[in-house]
Amino acid sequence: MKIVVCVKEVPDATAHKRIDPGTKRLDRSGEGALNTFDANAVEEALRLKAATGDGEVVVVSMGPERVLNSLRKALAMGADRAVLVSDDGAAGSDLVATSRILATALEREQPDLVLFGQQSSDSDGAVLWAAVAERLRRPVISQVAELTLEGGSLTGKRQTEFGYDVIRAPLPAVVAVADSINEPRYPSLKGIMGAKSKPQETVSLADLGVEASDAGPEGSRTEVLALSDPPPRGDTRKIEDDGSAADQIVAFLTEKRLI
Amino acid sequence: MTVRPSDFPAPFAPSDAIASPTDPADERIEVGVLIVGAGPAGLACAIRLGQLLEESPETAERLGEVPVAVVEKGKSPGSHLLSGAVVNPRAIRRLFKGRLTMTDVPSYGEVHGEAVYLLTRGAALRIPPPPTMRNHGNWVVSVSQLARFLAEQAESGGAAVLPETDAQKLLVADGRVQGIRTGDKGLGRDGNPLATHEPGSDIVARLTVLAEGTQGHLTGAAIGRFGLEGAQPQIWALGVKEVWKVPKPLQHIVHTMGWPLRKSAKYGEFGGSFIYPMGPDLVSLGFVAGLEYRDVEFSVHDVLQEFKTHKLVRKILRDGERIAWGAKTITEGGFHALPKRFHAPGLLLAGESAGLVNVPTLKGIHYAIESGIMAAEAAFRSLQRGESPARAGALESYDEELRGSYILQDLHEVRNMRQVFDKGFFMGGALASAMTVTKGNLPPKEFTIESNAERSLIRTDRASRYPAPDGKLTFDKLSSVFLSGNRTRDDQPNHIRIQRRVPRDLADLWVNMCPAHVYEAGAADGDGLVHVEVNASNCVQCGAISAKGGRLTPPEGGSGPEYTLT
Amino acid sequence: MSILVFLEHHGGELQKGSLSVLSKAASLGAGDVAGVIVGSAVAGLAEQAAKHGAATVYVADDAKLEAPLPQPRIDAIAQLVAEQGIETVLFGQSILAADIAAGLAARLDAGLNWGLTDISSDGGNLVGKQSALGDSVLVDVGWKSTPRIGLFRAGAFDPSEQPAAGTVEAFDVQLQEHSLAAEMVEQAHAEESGPSIEDANVIVAGGRGLGEPERFALVEELAKALGGAVAATRAVVDAGWYPYSAQVGQTGKSVSPALYVACGISGAIQHKVGMQSSKTIVAINKDPNAPIFEFADFGVVGDLHQILPKLTAALQARKS
Repeated sequence: MKIVVCVKEVPDATAHKRIDPGTKRLDRSGEGALNTFDANAVEEALRLKAATGDGEVVVVSMGPERVLNSLRKALAMGADRAVLVSDDGAAGSDLVATSRILATALEREQPDLVLFGQQSSDSDGAVLWAAVAERLRRPVISQVAELTLEGGSLTGKRQTEFGYDVIRAPLPAVVAVADSINEPRYPSLKGIMGAKSKPQETVSLADLGVEASDAGPEGSRTEVLALSDPPPRGDTRKIEDDGSAADQIVAFLTEKRLI
Repeated sequence: MTVRPSDFPAPFAPSDAIASPTDPADERIEVGVLIVGAGPAGLACAIRLGQLLEESPETAERLGEVPVAVVEKGKSPGSHLLSGAVVNPRAIRRLFKGRLTMTDVPSYGEVHGEAVYLLTRGAALRIPPPPTMRNHGNWVVSVSQLARFLAEQAESGGAAVLPETDAQKLLVADGRVQGIRTGDKGLGRDGNPLATHEPGSDIVARLTVLAEGTQGHLTGAAIGRFGLEGAQPQIWALGVKEVWKVPKPLQHIVHTMGWPLRKSAKYGEFGGSFIYPMGPDLVSLGFVAGLEYRDVEFSVHDVLQEFKTHKLVRKILRDGERIAWGAKTITEGGFHALPKRFHAPGLLLAGESAGLVNVPTLKGIHYAIESGIMAAEAAFRSLQRGESPARAGALESYDEELRGSYILQDLHEVRNMRQVFDKGFFMGGALASAMTVTKGNLPPKEFTIESNAERSLIRTDRASRYPAPDGKLTFDKLSSVFLSGNRTRDDQPNHIRIQRRVPRDLADLWVNMCPAHVYEAGAADGDGLVHVEVNASNCVQCGAISAKGGRLTPPEGGSGPEYTLT
Repeated sequence: MSILVFLEHHGGELQKGSLSVLSKAASLGAGDVAGVIVGSAVAGLAEQAAKHGAATVYVADDAKLEAPLPQPRIDAIAQLVAEQGIETVLFGQSILAADIAAGLAARLDAGLNWGLTDISSDGGNLVGKQSALGDSVLVDVGWKSTPRIGLFRAGAFDPSEQPAAGTVEAFDVQLQEHSLAAEMVEQAHAEESGPSIEDANVIVAGGRGLGEPERFALVEELAKALGGAVAATRAVVDAGWYPYSAQVGQTGKSVSPALYVACGISGAIQHKVGMQSSKTIVAINKDPNAPIFEFADFGVVGDLHQILPKLTAALQARKS
């Protein structure tokens, strides 16, 4: 079974995140790291590979050349190889353009299963899988907290706003896993040492056959118009308890329509 | 009752950090030269080895698949590094001779002007810089950024740099060092494996270089195991540093002495500050104080906050924003505390963990790099055909080179300067001047010093002078720890060894000393002892606790601060 | 210009989130506003939609559409967009809506802006407001072409009733083959154990100021009265008062419920970063200088031991 895990490099959690006022894009100049939610997807892929006894786990990402450093973490965990779509023309792609490029890269791989993490920690995006599934014309299951593979089909259990769903889909399919699905492993020292020598391929848009006009800002259908400071948090009220604090809290919650 | 931290020794013996290899032979990770610590010393060693092995493919081949490996406990190289730092470039130039120049190295430029002030609460008296503090021709760097750069160089030279890997035990068998054992990952608070448990590994090497920096965990164990103790006990200072973004550039480097430290010898408050420009919009400032201080209410973090309220400093930081914070100890024992030898069978000691720091000049990074280069060259010689690092005397040449170098010569000249500040600020200052002029020959007496943990404790109302944190100029410890990037996994075993029931004075000493809010003192029991609570995941691994009665051991690899600018 | 709002339903009710987006769309005054309901035996829901400002309610009622799966709904909406010349499709955030919105964007090569907190009409063009980077910056976002797709944050608006004048139009959906591949095997309501911290709309959290582990019972009782989940600070988790799974903060979970009640929590930055995006924060602490009061919407300086039982009792009294 061939599993592709789509992963992303995000600014390191300790980095001060800012949007560059010039490009109106997230400033990615600082230290980068593998999106922590993607580690859950890599872990699930490795478990599925182990359970089926054979197969391949490929990580696919988009970004500048240096993203290979972050992909190495996935390789150190046990993924077999990495493919990075790296092209200046792809920078600034929105969902439409990103899903188009990624789907093209995935078609080249022809995986049985495509896995995504629950969200990206930088843009809080949690939608890409559905767009990619649509482009690949594959069934999609998102927010999966338990995943089982039986014969040629997958069953995913997920929490919803109302309870839980159990959804089944035939392979090939696209699945986004919740971070509750597993606890990602620590890369072993041997894994870390071996990661560098695993196959790491960098491909351009031209290699994929994606037109320049279908990528980057030109291929995007949304745009950032302006940046501004968020409104202040509103008044903060502070009282000393004179015995009526509980009633005053109830009144406040009522006023805010929270109860 | 007089209390000394040494009366309550840490439940830890150096031998706890020594073991024989336990992994089956075919599961051990084999490398040629294993370097512990991705700081200036370790990375210089790796870079120099890479250069030598490139010229000698035959030697490289004999070292196997991984000729050189560097293990580093921090998240990345540089994550745990913090220094002023004004660097003497001579060692960097030698390391990259014919390959790179200083302008290729990340820095904030050469020092063009400097000022030294003697502070009182309300005034700043500019004094001529003492000869040891003249910095023309030196370069301002962030040692954290320097290490990232050196790590890239080391990797492109063929070394395997392995961050998030803590060297927990020194492997010793047949009388020689065989390598290290790395720590387990994924242990719960009680020490039991979690579902993600990844056991540590034995890394065996032909030769191991310990370049752990201050308070080296394995260096301490090796010194004990191989009888390398120096003539006098090692001592440390604690430095707390901040980086500020400021609207107005600082033109020159600044050092201060005096306030807010108290001058009388009985307090044992010795130290000073540094303020360095880092380009047009950043300023690095820090306060360093010797850990021989005695007052249980003394807190270097809060002294730094107090220092920032001085008008001289306020002016520099005006309308600025604090963007980084960190703390680390500095090895201060100097010449008299150097280990007896810098090698043991299969082992070399380099950089600060070998005690190579010049306190009066506030320099150690170039010694670290220089000793790293020498260690690489000695290692290379011992790995030639027909030679072996395990052979007695095979590594002798490293000591000879070090002793013949400017490093040991420098340290010898200033050998008594640090110790005399025991006499109080003015007496110490006068003696230090005499020593500088005579290259250490006057006064004709070798001064001795007691270890930091032997100092008896006193209590004054020191803390009443600390400013209340205002969140703009002055800050509390917890928000500072946050700024260090520390996001250590909470549910791992406590890595700090201390006695948990101690007299109130000792508990308060730890509470106040720790810049990261690790210790909390509980209520006194019937016997007058108090319970000490340890918030281990706040720890930024500065090492101060090891100087004052406790023992820092490495937590799970990847834990601790994530410095990038310090 | 025409706007279509996806109307999500569950248990025979249209969801408040999608009705509030519908009300907002109607208030823009930027052209025709329609709603779309997709499901099985859902015709009865159309009237409710009309009351919230939908001039037309499109209804696809088919047994094959019963399970709330995204891909058949992408087919339905894509078909409406093509047939009705719809220029804008809006969604209220939910697991289902996010998947439909993104799939639709790919299907139609249309721009999707998500995480929207507001939208306005600027001379016929729509501009969305997006709150980004942990609410530290507001971003104005636009669409470079039609159709436009927008996904709003939960709770961005309130639904409002408007004069009902809408017409209902039924339509048949041509389902794509891959849209029928996934099937719902089982659907169940939440167990009675209460919501998890990540999903909870209300969180009551306890810190060291509780004084002793036993007093966590006060926090639990209040959480129960509010129908919320219980969280804890690192300090009390460290001290063993509460399990690690309940820890909120830098090294624990990050939450953003509608209401966060902080009991005996000082508000150190390590905790703050995990809960500061909560919509409303109520803090009770006996230290008047605790940093939590700097960012709590409603702060009470007082004794938890006194206040919490009274508050719990008052809330229970209201319910019964």
